[in-house]
Amino acid sequence: MATIKERQDVLVEEFEFFDEWMDKYNHIIEMGKSLNALPEEKKNDDLLVQGCQSKVWLHAEKSGENVRFQADADAIIAKGIVAMLIDVFDNQPAKEVAAADLGFLEEIGLKDHLSPTRANGLMSMIKQMKFYALAFAG
Amino acid sequence: MSYDVQSIRQQFPILNQQIHGRPLVYLDNAATAQKPMAVIDAISDYYLNYNANVHRGVHTLSQRATDAMEAVREDVRAHINAAETAEIIFTRGITDSINTIAFGMGALVSKGQNIVITAVEHHSNIVPWQMLCQRTGAELRHLPMNEHGEVVLDGIEDIIDEHTAMVAFNHISNALGTINPVEAILERAQKVGAWTLVDGAQSGPHAKVDVRAWDVDFFTLSSHKMYGPTGLGVLYGKRERLEALPPYQGGGEMIATVTLEESTYAGLPHKFEAGTPHIEGIIGFGAALKYINEVGIEAIAAHEKELLEYATKECSQIEGFRVIGDAKNKASVLSFVVDGTHPYDLGVLLDQQGVAVRTGQHCTQPIMDAFCIDGTARASFAMYNTKEEIDLFKAALEKAVTMLR
Repeated sequence: MATIKERQDVLVEEFEFFDEWMDKYNHIIEMGKSLNALPEEKKNDDLLVQGCQSKVWLHAEKSGENVRFQADADAIIAKGIVAMLIDVFDNQPAKEVAAADLGFLEEIGLKDHLSPTRANGLMSMIKQMKFYALAFAG
Repeated sequence: MSYDVQSIRQQFPILNQQIHGRPLVYLDNAATAQKPMAVIDAISDYYLNYNANVHRGVHTLSQRATDAMEAVREDVRAHINAAETAEIIFTRGITDSINTIAFGMGALVSKGQNIVITAVEHHSNIVPWQMLCQRTGAELRHLPMNEHGEVVLDGIEDIIDEHTAMVAFNHISNALGTINPVEAILERAQKVGAWTLVDGAQSGPHAKVDVRAWDVDFFTLSSHKMYGPTGLGVLYGKRERLEALPPYQGGGEMIATVTLEESTYAGLPHKFEAGTPHIEGIIGFGAALKYINEVGIEAIAAHEKELLEYATKECSQIEGFRVIGDAKNKASVLSFVVDGTHPYDLGVLLDQQGVAVRTGQHCTQPIMDAFCIDGTARASFAMYNTKEEIDLFKAALEKAVTMLR
């Protein structure tokens, strides 16, 4: 199974294919569309990630040593971004998720590209995922 | 003379730039308008040639700065037809203006009285009154709106009654663009002897207001929405009303005498202008007012009306495009949602194509709740926008919608 690092490399390769940010956004949107939606009953306020401009729900559960993530968002770009994070982190050892370095966000250029409020939203999603992982790893 | 939008655009150098490789289409004017060279030059001139603190200095520069600032007070007075310059207070903005009144009324309002606003207010004309009501026990009421985003006057006699201390409402809604029936609301308020405040945040750049024709007690303007600098607002108040209110903040400029035990306050307008004023802002605002009047506020309003109608017609061709707030009387604001898309996503993809719009709740959460939506995207127009820009906006919106669906 691919490691966190290997999964990031795949994403970086995918994004290298696009020069224009409109095309990168299109790819993010497509990832958002293909992310399985959370069932409505799971979209409760307890799962909302604080600090995002749009609503992002994040659900995590322990599966052996690993952590499983599910997420949804009311805005599709936010959903695409959380889909990328799930792509990297889902079903990985909790310990490794908690300690992971997410260099791909810089390599794709997403971190620099987002406005400060949206970048904060991205950081909040990552923090929340790592928070769950840390709790499960303990 | 016909309206020459191209020569107007030349006065706004910021418009001539590329965003993400596309020409900038700036349609976030209801948030803040861009500044013409006349304003930028006036601010530079102040710092290059006569920067000094005002009112206190005997030296020449201080006198020049004071004269320039006080000349703007007179320009504002003339612009809104106030009776005297003492009734023109410079504030930090509309929020500050409204808080000044709401704070001061704390001493005059008591339990059993009520304050009336409308359902289409900005948070800055809701929260100060809620705070006043919490302090005094007065009741906060509002005139409701209908599905078009228009204030409903049915039942106004029951809402504004003989216990109403203040009726405060905006001239034009920032979120929807609705032009409120100012005269009808004022007439009822005046009949019962309530004080009145009209928030001109959105009307300042589009409409000429005569405060004495309205016989309104308080009126507010925002410099930065009128092509002037940020951080400056105007509070007009009738002399008798302003004199009845205690000062909002204490400090320099607002006093007559100070001992370590007690102080006496300065007369109007200084009583409400504690601290060193926003001198550069006031001077820049003077240049903005002059510029608006040179172009002609009626001509600007007519140009924007044409843009609004054109944009509404064009964008309505996009499947699922819904205007939020389709009042009969509207000014310069096109608030919308597109079915199957989120306003934030539209905002991001429009920005990628060079188009600046505002997305979200526009500081009007109660309005969004009433329409059962989380927010809208809002395009708002100014004197320098063109039909070509609206074509670019529409094309960008179509592309965004295609990507998002």
